[in-house]
Amino acid sequence: MTTRAPFRVGLAVVALILAACDTSPSPSRSAAPGQPTATPAASPAASRAPIGGRLATVQSRRQLICGVNGGLPGFSFLEEGTANWSGFDVDFCRAVAAAVLGDPAAVEFRALSADDRGPALQTGEVDVLIRNTTWTVTRDTSWGLFAPTTFYDGQGMMVTRETGADSLEDLAGATICVQSGTTTELNLTDKMRELGVTFSPQVFGDIDATYDAYTAGRCDAVTSDRSQLVARRTAFTTPADHVLLDVVMSKEPLGPVTPLGDDPWFNVVKWVVFATFEAEEQGITKTNVGQMRDTSTNPVVRRLLGAEGELAANLGLEADWVVDVIGAVGNYGEIYDRNLGPTTPFNLERGPNRQWTDGGLLYAPPYR
Amino acid sequence: MTPAPASPPRTDRHAAVPPWRNVRLLRIAGQIVVVLIVAIIALVLWTNLATSMARSGLTFGFGFLNTTAGFEIAEGPIPYRATDAYGRAFAVGLLNTLVVSVAGILLATILGVIVGVARLSGNWLVNRVAAGYVELMRNTPLLVQLVLLYAVFLQLPSVANSISLGGSVFLNQRGLFLPRPLAEPGFGLWLTLLVAAFVVALAARVTASRLEGVGRPTYRLGTIGIVALVAIPAVGWVALGAPVRLDLPVQQRFNFVGGVVLSPEFTALLLGLVVYTAAFIGEVVRGGIQSVRRGQLEAAYAVGLRPMQTLRLVVFPQALRVIVPPLTSQYLNLAKNSSLAIAIGFPDLFSVTRTMANQTGQSVSVIVLVMGTYLALSLVTSLFMNLYNRRVQVLER
Amino acid sequence: MSGERLAPPVTLVGPIGWLRQNLFSTWYNALLTVLVGAVLAGLTIQVVQWTVAEARWGVVTANLRLFLIGLYPIEEAWRIGLSLASLSVLAGLSAAVYGGAAVRTLASSLGAGQAILAGLAAVSGLGPAVTLVLLLDAALVWTAFLVGLRRPVARRALALAWLALVPISVILLQGVGGAVLPVVSTNLWGGLLLTFLLAIVGIVASFPFGVLLALGRRSDLPAVRFLSTAYIELVRGVPLVTILFMAAIMLPLFLPGGVRIDQVYRAMAGITLFSAAYVAENVRGGLQAIPTGQIEAAHAIGLNAVQTNLYIVLPQALRSVIPANVGLFISLLKDTTLVSIAAGLLELLGIGRAVLAQPQWFGAHLEVYAFIAAVFFILCYTMSQASYRLETALGVGTR
Repeated sequence: MTTRAPFRVGLAVVALILAACDTSPSPSRSAAPGQPTATPAASPAASRAPIGGRLATVQSRRQLICGVNGGLPGFSFLEEGTANWSGFDVDFCRAVAAAVLGDPAAVEFRALSADDRGPALQTGEVDVLIRNTTWTVTRDTSWGLFAPTTFYDGQGMMVTRETGADSLEDLAGATICVQSGTTTELNLTDKMRELGVTFSPQVFGDIDATYDAYTAGRCDAVTSDRSQLVARRTAFTTPADHVLLDVVMSKEPLGPVTPLGDDPWFNVVKWVVFATFEAEEQGITKTNVGQMRDTSTNPVVRRLLGAEGELAANLGLEADWVVDVIGAVGNYGEIYDRNLGPTTPFNLERGPNRQWTDGGLLYAPPYR
Repeated sequence: MTPAPASPPRTDRHAAVPPWRNVRLLRIAGQIVVVLIVAIIALVLWTNLATSMARSGLTFGFGFLNTTAGFEIAEGPIPYRATDAYGRAFAVGLLNTLVVSVAGILLATILGVIVGVARLSGNWLVNRVAAGYVELMRNTPLLVQLVLLYAVFLQLPSVANSISLGGSVFLNQRGLFLPRPLAEPGFGLWLTLLVAAFVVALAARVTASRLEGVGRPTYRLGTIGIVALVAIPAVGWVALGAPVRLDLPVQQRFNFVGGVVLSPEFTALLLGLVVYTAAFIGEVVRGGIQSVRRGQLEAAYAVGLRPMQTLRLVVFPQALRVIVPPLTSQYLNLAKNSSLAIAIGFPDLFSVTRTMANQTGQSVSVIVLVMGTYLALSLVTSLFMNLYNRRVQVLER
Repeated sequence: MSGERLAPPVTLVGPIGWLRQNLFSTWYNALLTVLVGAVLAGLTIQVVQWTVAEARWGVVTANLRLFLIGLYPIEEAWRIGLSLASLSVLAGLSAAVYGGAAVRTLASSLGAGQAILAGLAAVSGLGPAVTLVLLLDAALVWTAFLVGLRRPVARRALALAWLALVPISVILLQGVGGAVLPVVSTNLWGGLLLTFLLAIVGIVASFPFGVLLALGRRSDLPAVRFLSTAYIELVRGVPLVTILFMAAIMLPLFLPGGVRIDQVYRAMAGITLFSAAYVAENVRGGLQAIPTGQIEAAHAIGLNAVQTNLYIVLPQALRSVIPANVGLFISLLKDTTLVSIAAGLLELLGIGRAVLAQPQWFGAHLEVYAFIAAVFFILCYTMSQASYRLETALGVGTR
């Protein structure tokens, strides 16, 4: 008779499991979404200011977990077989790590596909998502808070030279490869509907599979952010056979994203980005940042670099956090040139990604 | 004289059994405890889920199914535009999965029976080739087979260099383009004729098997039924003047337009699933046929049945009893394995719902929806197969 | 009666006789043989020609490290070597102590596999150290086998060592922090290493859970039976990808706030939940095959329900379902490829697709996928052969 044995044994095991389970108290210290937490204006300048939330978590963990693409040369790319991450987004991850932890190398990079990045951020699996993510109202309200745009991009279309297509209308009846889970998928539909052009979409969940199918000839064209098309083209066997159409199908403002409901952490990431803008505007570079901090008489520069003022404490950071950031990755211009500039295979024109003083869209609010 | 032995102490059967030894009580108490524990665990998980979702801005609800989808789906049995709702996109994905599953089950059964019979063949070469095929399929992952097949299909010639068969069928890396029959007036009439022929043939077969069952002469009713099934539609076709028009695929600048196309994604998925599952079905069929005792065969031959009759009347019914339960699980596996379509870009249910989860942000609702749908699909399939199983099982005396 | 002894007719015995019997017995058999033979010969020639002449096997040798251990840092790879060595020692000892064709097949396959890997490593320029270590491990299997034959080894200690191997290896591979054993983040684990870890942890962790579910499903208590059946039917009705997807997305939501679980552990949890239901069904089959007489006899000699299960029922039941569970392990090993699409982990297939994205290996799909398929085939075929021998040894179905 196996009457009582099963439930007794089950009982014992379940009891063991419950006993071993560490049910920590419910997270009462996390702020409800949308509610600003009190800014400890009078707190001491220690970086461990009790702001709570993700900032303290990252600091106690001593490592920043950054969600990135991993397969986009120029933005976030992992050299195969090594642990060398490089790219525009990667540098911004390092900037945040330098600001919060003082060490630009204290980053754990998580490669996320386009489909996974939203849920990864929502569930808090990554601290910040710097993965060429377009700022939209849907994402702003469901994925996370968007820090200032680091790269103003637009959606483009790449075709093989032999199709002879010059414009979107030339692509009537064509098969177009697109990646799922992106704004490009939605924009493609909208734009083609607007133009009245019929096409056959071919949707892939994997960025590699998308470009693979395109180069194999499965599709006549592939659409994505222009910067991504340029970047991926450099990895083709015959880049010269592929040409970007001279169309910009949509606005694609790319920037970092932090999880919802954590304003202090959002402020930190936001101001790291602004610091790089401001540094370029003020002419602070990676090489002269130390010297500027010590010798500059410009009050804007002095405040920014922490030589005077107690502003860093409001963010929960060390006073010279900007020095750490610029010393690690340089100002915005240096980051751009290093990853996407004339010395790289991409040679992307800065376009709107210039300082407002040069006619671009980069504009940092005053640091005071 | 010895005193009368004292009467044995009366054991009062109704003396109270202490509660900790009362089996009935313990059983009820045990169940209550188990249910309580499971309920507590569920409650803890639920609260955690609720707080986490509130904190991350995730919501639960199925209202998004009525909002505009905004994304395109590459192929599907029903027309779908990006302006349709998420609900329709879900329906397209579900239909794609159903089409692949049903077609896969049919084809895999046919191929599986062939493989099973080949495994039992006396021809050494055929036997070993079938065995090698089964071992190869069983020991390599289905996903690897699928991506390999898809990579091979992409190597087909480009649209400009399509392989053409008779000028109306074209094969290239974008798919197999076949002419599509379009109905002309009179097609409806022919369809009714076809159905009528089918009914007549079925009636003839049923009558024939009934007569055969009681040993009365069938007057070749079965053959008449089959002949009617073929002759009536054929005659009707000629009489109505072939009421279909072929819509041929025509090569345009980028693609072929017109006709019906089997995309490489669909074909790779179907072929991969069929070839993989047929190996397992072959083994099941082989086990079933081998389970029929040799004595049955010998007795059938002794009574004068020919090999074909033996197979139909003696071997198959007995083999089916052993075959049907594992066959059910293979069918279910095929239906579930169709979810691997996401790896090769075929918009099946799982692939479409992943896009939905991403675009709406409602990951939790979508997960519940997709798991519920697959569960319903599995339950319906096993229900049908269990009904069939009951029919073929031996009624124990 | 004198006379010469005539040799049997050539057409009935010997190779020609065999050919006539097996390949050309009837006219349609002959036709079939010719057709199938022609097709087979054509295919084989094509495949051999491609393998030897046209295929770019450089994609495998150049990336062998990625295929085997993923992004695991080379400085810490000694931990993998240590785990492999312990596995080799235990395998050799088990082959000697437990005996039996099945265990010996597995142990010798382990040794042979490592030798083959050593050869591959030598060709791939991974360095002589790797080749030497692998050869040493292969030799370790053999030496442990010989030692096990000579010296007495406690069976219980060996069983405990096997049980302890899995958690200790996982902890060793991940590291605990500090200078000696720095933490190697699980998102660096990849390749064949990750495939093995996922499959082994999956089956080991799901086993007790599955046995409990099987017992629960056969229980007389309606509540327990309902819960067990509900879980088993629910899990068996959905595809593994959906469970992995759910684990990848929702597991952190179920945990108290702030607890982070690596993607690898989430995938392991999903695989465990999934395989527990299948183990339960296997074990239930074994439980059903136990004659009631056994249980009645156990009760007759005074064993209570728990003791009956522990000492009489479960040992017999589990022993009879070992072949089915080996089949389940083989399926699980193949199913680990699903984590590359559901959870974005870089196990063997995932690494293969990442390697294909390298520009210099563009178009090498067939080579990479054929290599991966060959690796799986060798692993699974070996295990299924061992399982087959085990079945014959246990006499399953004949008693």
